[in-house]
Amino acid sequence: MAAIFQGVGAAATLSSSPSNSFVPKKFLTSPRRSFCVPSSVVVRSDGSVNFDLNSKSRRAQQLVANAVATKADSSAASSSSNPGHELLLFEALREGLEEEMERDPCVCVMGEDVGHYGGSYKVTKDLAKKFGDLRVLDTPIAENSFTGMGIGAAMTGLRPVVEGMNMGFLLLAFNQISNNCGMLHYTSGGQFTIPIVIRGPGGVGRQLGAEHSQRLESYFQSIPGIQMVACSTPYNAKGLMKAAIRSENPVILFEHVLLYNLKERIPDEDYICNLEEAEMVRPGEHVTILTYSRMRYHVMQAAKTLVNKGYDPEVIDIRSLKPFDLYTIGNSVKKTHRVLIVEECMRTGGIGASLTAAITENFNDYLDAPIMCLSSQDVPTPYAGTLEEWTVVQPAQIVTAVEQLCQ
Amino acid sequence: MGRMGFSPKHACLTDEKDPNRQKITNLTSCLLVSCQLNLHCEVRPPFSSKFPLPFFPSLPIGTKATKMSTAFSAANFSTQSFPLNHTSTTSHDSPLVFAKPTSQFLRSTRKLRLSSSSKLNLNRRSGTVVAVSDVVKQKKSKSTPTLLITKEEGLELYEDMVLGRAFEDMCAQMYYRGKMFGFVHLYNGQEAVSTGFIKLLKQQDSVVSTYRDHVHALSKGVPARAVMSELFGKTTGCCRGQGGSMHMFSREHNLLGGFAFIGEGIPVATGAAFTSKYKREVLKEADCDHVTLAFFGDGTCNNGQFFECLNMAALWKLPIVFVVENNLWAIGMSHLRSTSDPQIYKKGPAFGMPGIHVDGMDVLKVREVAKEAIGRARRGEGPTLVECETYRFRGHSLADPDELRDPAEKAHYAARDPITALKKYLTENNLASDAELKAIDKKIDEVVEDAVEFADESPVPPRSQLLENVFADPKGFGIGPDGRYRCEDPKFTEGTAHV
Repeated sequence: MAAIFQGVGAAATLSSSPSNSFVPKKFLTSPRRSFCVPSSVVVRSDGSVNFDLNSKSRRAQQLVANAVATKADSSAASSSSNPGHELLLFEALREGLEEEMERDPCVCVMGEDVGHYGGSYKVTKDLAKKFGDLRVLDTPIAENSFTGMGIGAAMTGLRPVVEGMNMGFLLLAFNQISNNCGMLHYTSGGQFTIPIVIRGPGGVGRQLGAEHSQRLESYFQSIPGIQMVACSTPYNAKGLMKAAIRSENPVILFEHVLLYNLKERIPDEDYICNLEEAEMVRPGEHVTILTYSRMRYHVMQAAKTLVNKGYDPEVIDIRSLKPFDLYTIGNSVKKTHRVLIVEECMRTGGIGASLTAAITENFNDYLDAPIMCLSSQDVPTPYAGTLEEWTVVQPAQIVTAVEQLCQ
Repeated sequence: MGRMGFSPKHACLTDEKDPNRQKITNLTSCLLVSCQLNLHCEVRPPFSSKFPLPFFPSLPIGTKATKMSTAFSAANFSTQSFPLNHTSTTSHDSPLVFAKPTSQFLRSTRKLRLSSSSKLNLNRRSGTVVAVSDVVKQKKSKSTPTLLITKEEGLELYEDMVLGRAFEDMCAQMYYRGKMFGFVHLYNGQEAVSTGFIKLLKQQDSVVSTYRDHVHALSKGVPARAVMSELFGKTTGCCRGQGGSMHMFSREHNLLGGFAFIGEGIPVATGAAFTSKYKREVLKEADCDHVTLAFFGDGTCNNGQFFECLNMAALWKLPIVFVVENNLWAIGMSHLRSTSDPQIYKKGPAFGMPGIHVDGMDVLKVREVAKEAIGRARRGEGPTLVECETYRFRGHSLADPDELRDPAEKAHYAARDPITALKKYLTENNLASDAELKAIDKKIDEVVEDAVEFADESPVPPRSQLLENVFADPKGFGIGPDGRYRCEDPKFTEGTAHV
């Protein structure tokens, strides 16, 4: 398991200009891995960027404006009722996890470096000090076995949260996730439940190389018996984490390496986000854009441009990758009659491919144009920054696609 | 049958000139110490031991070592192995007896080696371990022999093994009559392992098995009716017909499966043991001493999951016993052809846990070892690796023509049938009469017949069962286009909805 960067590059992704590459202030190396200390750059989920100390990237501030045209998104509901508190996405995940661990003593965490190290992305920071080494278990590097161990523990009464240090490492746990996690409830005739949460960061980061930039949602989506959700804002990160832990089903929670430093104000009170529902980010009339995880921000970036050009896109963050929320999606399709899917998965066999099929099956009559799906190229993610940029979908491509779709 | 080429040179570790022998002796003495074995053995071997026991209690190391170095073909295995000129069906082992551990488990085997000579009264100078049997013989002459089991226990063990055997034989019949399909793996010949271990467990203890799980299910207490229905694919089966032969589960009896891929169940067993430790230490259920047994075969011992779990179990001292049912064959792959070091029990100390080898055709020996291993786990001392030398009388599965194995080898083990051996022990020691044992045989026949009848008469699963139990919370099927959860759709409950 090679170098792992903490999600510092979040700021840089929101602007499409490659020259705005972010230089981390500190760069520490340790024998096993390198990580960037999250610096003082914070990115608000509404698109504005705050730079506290680093003046180099201040140019970015001028480029980005509010990408959310209206204030009607559900995540903004947090700030309407009471003050709430501001935090970063990884802190929101930690808060959700901590609250659930306090609420139910059977909730435990297992993974590599989750305990003393605090998690390679600091999602479990200080939890081991608070809850002990057995509740926040540092495992040896044996993904298949400790995921299986989590499944065995779930069968016998615990509620483990298994962390894959990078989602890609869970390829090693595929045996356990597919055969046991997904199928055991069924093959046991309903006798054993597996209330496990498998979570970890995935997706294309900042030049992390091909193996650390994988999108496992496309590989896992065929496994019967599991649910998959992807978080994208601190609000839904905490909500989905809590809902996943409370769910009796096995849930895979996909986080994104570059989104860990998003900042948002979230409510103080206890809340969860429904695991099966999609999130309306920006209502609109002309075209439905379905997206999830990091691509949400590229879409919102493009939406800003589109709004200036006179289009009115409806942006939905599908959040639930398996199963799809066909109600929200269907209502949107019935309204706009045009669908664009923007995803970070590969073109072949990705979430977009499944979503296209699902929409065609269910809402074919309502479509005025064929569904367009923008996905990453079917290539192993290259290391070079420029090549990496062209692998994933960029806002400019989204704008072009919408224009094409709305002709 | 005749002599099978047994030569004392192979059987005894008396050849001090042979450096291999020397090494093995040292190794086994390390093993001894790592097992914290106290050698004032008061138990006599269950079967006739009028002949000297030249082997070290744990393993006929001499023979296997010879095998390893000379022939890599399993076909040769049987010819030199065991003293078949003896009439008894005994094994060459004497049971391992563990004293109560007087010290903490020692971390470094190197330390053990140094301190071992002071701890044990073993004459190891000549490299011979014949001294062990001498000690045993001396003790035997002084004290009156005590039996290993009571009458009730004996009958319980006998009944359980006969149930396993009769059930599996019936499975074969039913399979060839077209009542069950797919892959069916029978356990004939290995009953001693299942009975020896599982009969010592409480209901709350967990068992994890492999695809050869019918008898583990029966020993754990799952009714024969439920298992047979499951095999027939009926809705009254223990898994509602959804699991089949290779996926036996029972929440009530804590049978955690039934896994088709080898090695897959070992992490699950580790997880169950983790829960037990968690309950004791985090949830403060101080009396929680649930033990988990993981059964798997020799082929699995070359799989990564095995080693990863040995590491984790030893690291956290989980209450688990890893039971290797070494029947020497993984379908058609001989253990000796696939494993660099065929002595699986040696892999235990490499991870910091005791590794024991026991004769798996002898239910009483297995039981003695199991008592100690399970006791260790219950006391919180950590895991144990137990290698049971056993044999399956039938092929790997009912589809296996079983042509590779040497008939001589099969015959050799058939002569060591665990049920026959226990029967002999019970009758010879006046624990049970022939009539009582025959009555048990008859009773079991009736149980199995009844199970078949029950399974035959049970209904097949209706279509509505198709989509049940995919999710514990069926909301996991998501929200349909009409805004309602898919699971509320009536077509869903009928099983005709497309998900």
